[in-house]
Amino acid sequence: MSTTSIDLESHGGGHGHEVHDPHFQHHYSTMEQQFDTSKIGMWLFLATEILLFGGLFVGFGLMESRYPREFVEAHTYLQRSLGALNTVVLLVSSWTMVMAVHSARTNQRQKTVMFLAFTIVCAFIFLGVKYFEYSAKFEEGLLPAKYYWHKENSIPACPAGPANQTPTVPGCTHGYATFFAFYFMMTGLHGIHIVVGIGLLTWILLRAKKGEFSHAYYTPVDLVGLYWHIVDMIWIYLFPLYYLIS
Amino acid sequence: MEHVVKSGAPVGERPRPAKNYLNETTGIWSWMTTLDHKRIGIMYLCGVLTAFFIGGMFALLVRLSLMTPKHMIFGKVIMDAEQYNRAFTLHGIVMVFLFIIPAIPGSLTNFVLPLMIGAKDVAFPRLNLASFYLWCLGLVMALSSIAMGPVDTGWTFYTPYSTTTSGAVPMAAMAAFVLGFSSIFTGLNFIATVHKLRAPGMGWFDMPLFVWGMYSTAVIQVLATPVIGITLVLMVLERVFGIGIFDARMGGDPVLFQHFFWFYSHPAVYIMILPGMAIISELMPTFSRKTIFGYRAIAYASVSLALVSFIVWGHHMFVAGQSQVANVVFSALTFLVAIPSGVKMFNWLTTMYKGNVSFETPMLYALSFMITFAIGGLTGIPLATLATDIHLTDTYFVVAHFHYVMMGGTVIAFLGGLHYWWPKMTGRMYSETWGRVSAVLVFVGFNLTFLTQFILGSRGMPRRYYNYLDQFQPLHMYSTFGSWILALGFFIMAAYLLASLRKPADAPDNPWGGTTMEWQTSSPPIAHNFDEQPVLEHEPYDYRPKVTA
Amino acid sequence: MTWATKWMLPAEGSDYAHQSDVIYAGLFILCMLMFAGIVLATVYFAWRYRFKAGRVTPHQTHDTQLEIIWSILPTALCVVIFFVGLNGYLKYAVAPGNSMEIQVTAKQWLWQFEYPDGSRTINDLHLPVGKNAHFVMTSEDVLHDFFVPDMRVKMDIVPGRYTEVWFNPTVMGTHVVTCAEYCGKGHSDMHAVLTVENDADFAKFLETGGTEWEDYFSGKDPTKTPEAWGHLQWERKGCSSCHNLDGTRSKGPSWKGIWGKMEKLNNGTTVLVDEAYIRESEMQPQAKIVDGFEPIMPTFQGLLKENEIRGIVAFIKSLQ
Repeated sequence: MSTTSIDLESHGGGHGHEVHDPHFQHHYSTMEQQFDTSKIGMWLFLATEILLFGGLFVGFGLMESRYPREFVEAHTYLQRSLGALNTVVLLVSSWTMVMAVHSARTNQRQKTVMFLAFTIVCAFIFLGVKYFEYSAKFEEGLLPAKYYWHKENSIPACPAGPANQTPTVPGCTHGYATFFAFYFMMTGLHGIHIVVGIGLLTWILLRAKKGEFSHAYYTPVDLVGLYWHIVDMIWIYLFPLYYLIS
Repeated sequence: MEHVVKSGAPVGERPRPAKNYLNETTGIWSWMTTLDHKRIGIMYLCGVLTAFFIGGMFALLVRLSLMTPKHMIFGKVIMDAEQYNRAFTLHGIVMVFLFIIPAIPGSLTNFVLPLMIGAKDVAFPRLNLASFYLWCLGLVMALSSIAMGPVDTGWTFYTPYSTTTSGAVPMAAMAAFVLGFSSIFTGLNFIATVHKLRAPGMGWFDMPLFVWGMYSTAVIQVLATPVIGITLVLMVLERVFGIGIFDARMGGDPVLFQHFFWFYSHPAVYIMILPGMAIISELMPTFSRKTIFGYRAIAYASVSLALVSFIVWGHHMFVAGQSQVANVVFSALTFLVAIPSGVKMFNWLTTMYKGNVSFETPMLYALSFMITFAIGGLTGIPLATLATDIHLTDTYFVVAHFHYVMMGGTVIAFLGGLHYWWPKMTGRMYSETWGRVSAVLVFVGFNLTFLTQFILGSRGMPRRYYNYLDQFQPLHMYSTFGSWILALGFFIMAAYLLASLRKPADAPDNPWGGTTMEWQTSSPPIAHNFDEQPVLEHEPYDYRPKVTA
Repeated sequence: MTWATKWMLPAEGSDYAHQSDVIYAGLFILCMLMFAGIVLATVYFAWRYRFKAGRVTPHQTHDTQLEIIWSILPTALCVVIFFVGLNGYLKYAVAPGNSMEIQVTAKQWLWQFEYPDGSRTINDLHLPVGKNAHFVMTSEDVLHDFFVPDMRVKMDIVPGRYTEVWFNPTVMGTHVVTCAEYCGKGHSDMHAVLTVENDADFAKFLETGGTEWEDYFSGKDPTKTPEAWGHLQWERKGCSSCHNLDGTRSKGPSWKGIWGKMEKLNNGTTVLVDEAYIRESEMQPQAKIVDGFEPIMPTFQGLLKENEIRGIVAFIKSLQ
């Protein structure tokens, strides 16, 4: 193998102004390369997110096949209208996020800040609705496993005792408790992602305010945008799974 | 022994640069905040070797205790049953999560992968450093779980035992969770690096096979690790809050945990072995001074092993209570693993054919690998075969099988890689004589330790047993003797490697005559890896005599 | 063929064990051949082409034909091995209909076996030679695994589920039953002894209701007394659903303080509650009905073994 010299200055000559960008990292040869690489990294991270939720989706599916009737009945305790409202809120926030990225890329600083702020407001609305839903469930005792105490609808309590005396009793509270265990874990994990998203959005909002982004460098806005879309997309799957079972 | 450069690319033409990555900046702070992949690689190396030492000490303790059925040495009981259970659990957790998964990716790959593809660094240097610090956090959490109450669940954390036993199970499980994210960050970094930072002229099929192997590994790291993450979180939630997903008393299912666990942990086996295979693919052509045979076959085999690894997890559960249809399907799928593994073995063998084979320390490890990995692979056949697995599973046969793959495969390849790249990383040659002595001791000690365990297992000795029948005593004793020979080999290795650091830099740029790009830079490399951006102009592993223009 | 692996396997205790051993031996020979091939090639190539200064190596990049051959051949071999293994497995997978069903309950760290006639044993399994035995198993706490090395069978025991395994023991004598799924401190001590015996011995074993009772009459363990054995029968045989122990009235009279009492019967006579009366009440419950109670007790003729009656008598005696 032999090596030939490539003059980096002349190689990157066409992008001279970019090479001197303060965000340019020395181990890349061009700004485009750096941007593309960041994007690959983000997509890979989002793949891990999908698999993180994927495990829970599979678990939900397996338990649903174990307690099909209970899962269908349990979902009627969730308020479909609130779920639908949240779906709309997140869809709107996805659109404002797209607009924020677009504004950043087209050097519209004011608009970027405005759309990011709007996205954050949507995120808070989502969490607010979720808070009302959660507190209703807490009051009614629609809780996971041993915390489940909801007594309406004459669901027989499952027999207590050593495990071998209670192999999967259909029709008793087990199926409901399992449904709500998954409900709280999956929507809870999603909620944590929304909270993290609010943090990230605030961070880029502050940077956008300082005018750090332009058509030459808007990677953070783009990547947070991707993250936000994935968080929305996961909700798009959670909503029919929990609120629209039939 | 005086080191002689036997053939290959010319060396020592350039004077050794005064500044390299080791002395470019100095002080502990310059290391702790470094973004240089080479320094992070060195820090990772120190870390994983420490973990290997801790895990090894637990292994020696377990072996010593098993030497006699009464666990007596000189009239004293070494460990009671509870201490024994904790010792093998800690051995497993430390070796799997802290050593073998990060070992090759974190240390050797971090150091050489960017050099091999002619890059200045990995794609995300800060993420790389974060990965190392997460590893450190995982280490601290794992060690603090020992102080808080050692865990006795086995490294598999099977429910419902793990949700009911005493000990700091949540801390240990969260340590594994944190280490999982460390592993994800490393894998993510390598994929982006390989995609975007290859030297000009280097297409996908011009990459060294080590890079292919590590790329496949990284895919598994990114795609499988999140599942173990969520599984361990569920287990901890179950234990702390009683959410009931894995608890039969609350309508859950303990077997679901095993499905989740093996969905990660089987691919994790390939996170461990693929880097080992990747190193062998470098050692074979270099020390045979001949181009690799079947380049594309090996590259495809790496990728297909990565893909197949995701669909065979159920073979850990043939007697766990999954459906019989699942057993049959998973058995059939498992045989798919044999094919790419076999293809690699045949290609490595054929690479030696008509080569010019020398036996420096790294090559001794590569040859050891051929034999130990063959045993590891072939003993997988009766375990994949349903009728014989019923008897063999959950016995010492399985223990021996995975140690042959993990230690006889990955660790031996890791040691080969460590000796191969040691001159590049440190700028120093180690004592070749002691290197060979140690390689032979490791080979002999390893085989004595674990060949005996195949017989123990097939005779019906279940794994994780504190008390055993007297009839098994002689084999246990030989196994323990083997562990001492192994320990002696490692002790000698530590001594001569550390001794090599005390002398001034003496390693040539290309001591073995390798053809890949890491040998084109100085030993040790300069901070930015290359003086000039290297450009690849011909296929990898070209050992044809050079025609100078 | 099993000569090749006899030295590394336990004794064969069933037909299935032999069949599994034949497959194992076949795989062993096959693997040894492949292993010898790999080692010989490695050593031969390493030695034959050992380093010689100035040797020029050929530039062989690949050989498509060769590579196809060594991909296809192992694939074909794997297919064959899979089907051989599957064939063996199918015999293990489904228990024949005419099997004797034995309930196994595993808990930390002992085995409880219950026979179709209600006989029970702890850590002591008896089977008639040559008869299919079908085990239906569950766990009371964590995972366990029913492993009989001589029979080459193994099956996990899972809380909240019933798992099954079966075999046909053909070799008389004792075999080891052991736990193969890690279950904590006593994991390695969780053994049972399997005694495979002829029909006559097995019938004798069942006659006394298993062997669990022996512990309660041997006096070795201070917590295992005949009274405790009687208490256990009160729970297991259903006495508890009608007879309380605290003196309160249920469907039947309470057992507390009943011993030695003169009971008034519904025909106006009285009877002394002693061993003879208790025995009669168990075998012919309608013979003497205590005044104020319905004649609803079923007979336990054939359901209670002699040692169980003795236990119940001792138990009632102790309830003063």
